[in-house]
Amino acid sequence: MKPIIEIEKLSKLYRLGSISANTFQDSLKNWFHRIKNSPPATADKSSSRLMIDPNDPQAGPEPNTLWALRDISYELQEGEILGIIGRNGAGKSTLLKILTQITEPTSGQAVLRGRTASLLEIGTGFHPELTGRENIYLNGAILGMKKKEIDSKFEEIVDFSGIPKFIDTPVKRYSSGMYVRLAFAVAAHLEPEILLVDEVLAVGDVEFQKKCLGKMKNVSKSGRTILFVSHNMQAIKQLCTQTIILDKGRMIFSGSAESAVDKYLGDGLSLKGEQIWDHTQTAPGDDIVRVHSVRVMNTDNRSRTQFDVRDPMTIELKYTVYEDGHQLATQIYLFNDAGQVILNTKDNKDSPWGDRCIPKGSYCARCTVPADLINEGQISIGIGIGTVGPSYFIGHVTIYDAVIFAVTDAFDPEGVRGNYPFEWKVGDIRTHIPWKVERLEN
Amino acid sequence: MNPINQETTSSYQIHIRPNKSWHHMNWHAIWEYRDLLFLLVRRDFVSKYKQTILGPLWFILQPLATTIVFTVVFSRVARIPTDSIPPMLFYLCGLIGWMYFANCLNYTSTTFVTNAGIFNKVYFPRLIIPFSVIISRFLAFIIQFVMFIGFYIFYKFFTPASDTFHLNPAALIFFPLLIMLTALLGLGMGLWLSALTAKYRDLTQLTTFLTSLWMYATPVIYPLSLIPAKWHKVMALNPMAGIVEAYRYCFFSVTVGNLFFYMLSSIIMTLIILISGILIFNKTERNFIDTI
Repeated sequence: MKPIIEIEKLSKLYRLGSISANTFQDSLKNWFHRIKNSPPATADKSSSRLMIDPNDPQAGPEPNTLWALRDISYELQEGEILGIIGRNGAGKSTLLKILTQITEPTSGQAVLRGRTASLLEIGTGFHPELTGRENIYLNGAILGMKKKEIDSKFEEIVDFSGIPKFIDTPVKRYSSGMYVRLAFAVAAHLEPEILLVDEVLAVGDVEFQKKCLGKMKNVSKSGRTILFVSHNMQAIKQLCTQTIILDKGRMIFSGSAESAVDKYLGDGLSLKGEQIWDHTQTAPGDDIVRVHSVRVMNTDNRSRTQFDVRDPMTIELKYTVYEDGHQLATQIYLFNDAGQVILNTKDNKDSPWGDRCIPKGSYCARCTVPADLINEGQISIGIGIGTVGPSYFIGHVTIYDAVIFAVTDAFDPEGVRGNYPFEWKVGDIRTHIPWKVERLEN
Repeated sequence: MNPINQETTSSYQIHIRPNKSWHHMNWHAIWEYRDLLFLLVRRDFVSKYKQTILGPLWFILQPLATTIVFTVVFSRVARIPTDSIPPMLFYLCGLIGWMYFANCLNYTSTTFVTNAGIFNKVYFPRLIIPFSVIISRFLAFIIQFVMFIGFYIFYKFFTPASDTFHLNPAALIFFPLLIMLTALLGLGMGLWLSALTAKYRDLTQLTTFLTSLWMYATPVIYPLSLIPAKWHKVMALNPMAGIVEAYRYCFFSVTVGNLFFYMLSSIIMTLIILISGILIFNKTERNFIDTI
């Protein structure tokens, strides 16, 4: 039998520097310069801020081009669930975007033999003025369902979402939890032969995430083929029958989910206490907000990669807001080395703009994770910034592995461990919990 | 790996590869997504009137208020002739035809910019969006047209001006074609502009400004008969000139002798703009995501 997905030498070249800064004015200037035979203005600009080192293995054939994906070949049989893991910028999303036809490959080809649906985001196309019912139809159709299909699954979708009472209420009156539930309910009822999923499980509360994972498992049991991109190693291990690791655009490993996850975690993340993006265009974010630097510091205000469990950790990020009129929420995630979230914190309560629109300008946000809280291990910091609306959350910035540091527990009787001499890597949190031990008189 | 074999048993097969030829259009896929088309039309329409107090009344108020302003300024003050048709009717007729065109153009011209979020996350034939715009704008046109018929009946039967104009049944046969021509021209121009605004964001501001100027180059506030004979060839270069005049010809039977020449020019230009617009839109659709 022919594989349901065949990928052959798929590559994608990105051109940096020409990103959206294009204005009609610039083009006119270039044209004018060409007439006068003088060097064009934008070429000047881009050569003075060359962003890719030509010796970089990812560098493309021309200056400022980058192979986001290079010579990926793979065959997947029907019913298999392929996990795709890799660090930021490894090409996972690019691969998914090519397979979903959102963008074209530069070379190579792929054949998908079956009805395909993609889930790169939930709630795509939701309109706040429309009711839950209307949005189910609209969102379903955007994801590729026919109206008849939605009709037949409508009751199930409403049941799954758990909000039948509000189905005729405009979604702008929904809480963000209800919004996510409804959006996922629609997505969960897609029944394609091939499903391409990107990390959508990272939403909602734990209970709901469990429900979603369960749903995904059911879907896979029914013989459908799934491509699943995730940072959640636990989910990869639970769901996938095989897994590939991408690194800098290339496929560096393929095998069982177990072995891939082991290799991925074994390679370890290189520690970095600071990350700075020098160029606005490559800084993570969009037209509304971009992050320029993230670092993690001790009390001495210097970025570090090693912390004692008794050190407080201050995470600092600097960002620029380019547009007025957005109420932003900044979140910091702490991931353990299995890729699970240990802690999430938001700035809403303490920021002066926590409950109102933030004016444009540059900002520095700091938060301190108290000493004596996080257990030994490698901690990776994720950053998210988004606009908070009455019923929606629009993400502007998502950074995984922004900084990575190690927390260690010195063998020191003053520490939380007291004089317990062995490795103690149980649980993500280890704080000093007061004990009272008494001898009972007989 | 063996070269990828295209024969298959499944009815669905997607073959992904670079540089599909420039004229490749997947019309079949658009048909597959027809349900989405109608849901988008519904969304446009419903969301527009849910946000306002007056609701669908806005569709009527806007051309009505503009017509009253035109009547005062251009007819009473500037004394621009209206082919002896009651000024109110004259402006209203030209205006709703023009507005259908201008709305199609303006709302499709921002297709890429306003839908970047969706386009970045899910694939469907992008032409669905502009198509949904011309259909939902058509619904607004219908509402406005019904209002026009109301005024038409009023002027025809209840005012002394009734002899100055009469219906032209022969021309009315072509009325549906005329509406289609208006929509397709607006679509074609909008597709062109959407491709340009995807590349040059600063053109967005220019679009609305240019369309309002374009209206004055079109016989909306003046009859074509006001144009000196030697300028007709220049005037016919504006594809909307003939279309707006033809709207009035259908209902008032008054026009200049060479309307046929104007219409021929409109049809040819519409076809050129539309076909080239679809091609350039199609080209933009394929690499737009890489530039945002």
